[in-house]
Amino acid sequence: MMEDTGPVVAFWILAAITVGSALMVVAVRNLVHAVVYLILSFVGIGGLYITLSADFVAVTQILIYAGAISVLLLFAIVLTPRGSRDNAESFLRLPAVLVALLVGITLGYVALDTDWSIAGRGGFEETASEIGELLLDKYVLPFEIASVLLLVAMMGAIVIVRPEGTMEPVDPSTRLRTGFAQDGEAEA
Amino acid sequence: MSVDLEHYLIVGAILFATGIYLALAKRNFVGVLMGIELMFNAVNLTFVSFSRFVESSSPLDGHVFVIFVITVAAAEAATALALAVLLYRVRETIDVDRIDLLKW
Repeated sequence: MMEDTGPVVAFWILAAITVGSALMVVAVRNLVHAVVYLILSFVGIGGLYITLSADFVAVTQILIYAGAISVLLLFAIVLTPRGSRDNAESFLRLPAVLVALLVGITLGYVALDTDWSIAGRGGFEETASEIGELLLDKYVLPFEIASVLLLVAMMGAIVIVRPEGTMEPVDPSTRLRTGFAQDGEAEA
Repeated sequence: MSVDLEHYLIVGAILFATGIYLALAKRNFVGVLMGIELMFNAVNLTFVSFSRFVESSSPLDGHVFVIFVITVAAAEAATALALAVLLYRVRETIDVDRIDLLKW
């Protein structure tokens, strides 16, 4: 196992950053600040991946979660300017606390109580090339399905957010009211 | 004192519980989505720590699973945010407790 104190110190600092900023996402009142704390939490999880010697996953985590998905979240906030900006709870607050405590305690108890078959083999040397081989050999079918899924999700997102006026011509009487008058809508 | 599997599993459990609370209790749609992303991250952390510590014939399978989870999470985030923008256009709000047309 890990004898030197470096990884231990790194784990505790990163775990404190991750859990602390996840709790700040709950506590902070401004929605944009909540997204910023979420990014900090994602970065902390990326650091935890490094302490687990998962280099490729760590880089992917920083690129996709801390980079792309958090920018998507910020875009969603920016694109809904008259929505509420506070990070308030709905009427489900008390049941949510109960469910979260129940799930957390159950998962923690299972994690501590189970006798995991620990392999004392130490960390991985490097993972990227072997992950690439696995993706194109053992997991080639899920890999292809994932590419189709990404394509479908991209097309779906574009079709959903496209303003109604730029769609294929439809019967104007069946058109949903969107609250946004498109250019040329009056003539149509 | 060393860092073992249980430490990572406890961190994952705390993150998952926080994500569930966010997804259930937040009023804003973006807050709900943040909770879901946090839950994905907790599960990914658990996958990677099992891959690192537990006996297995091909231990890197956990990393491949994480790559797939991240892919699906990206697709989910893009579609969900498109839905949020559409919802805002139609209803002028993304508070999930005011989206109650199907209630009773």
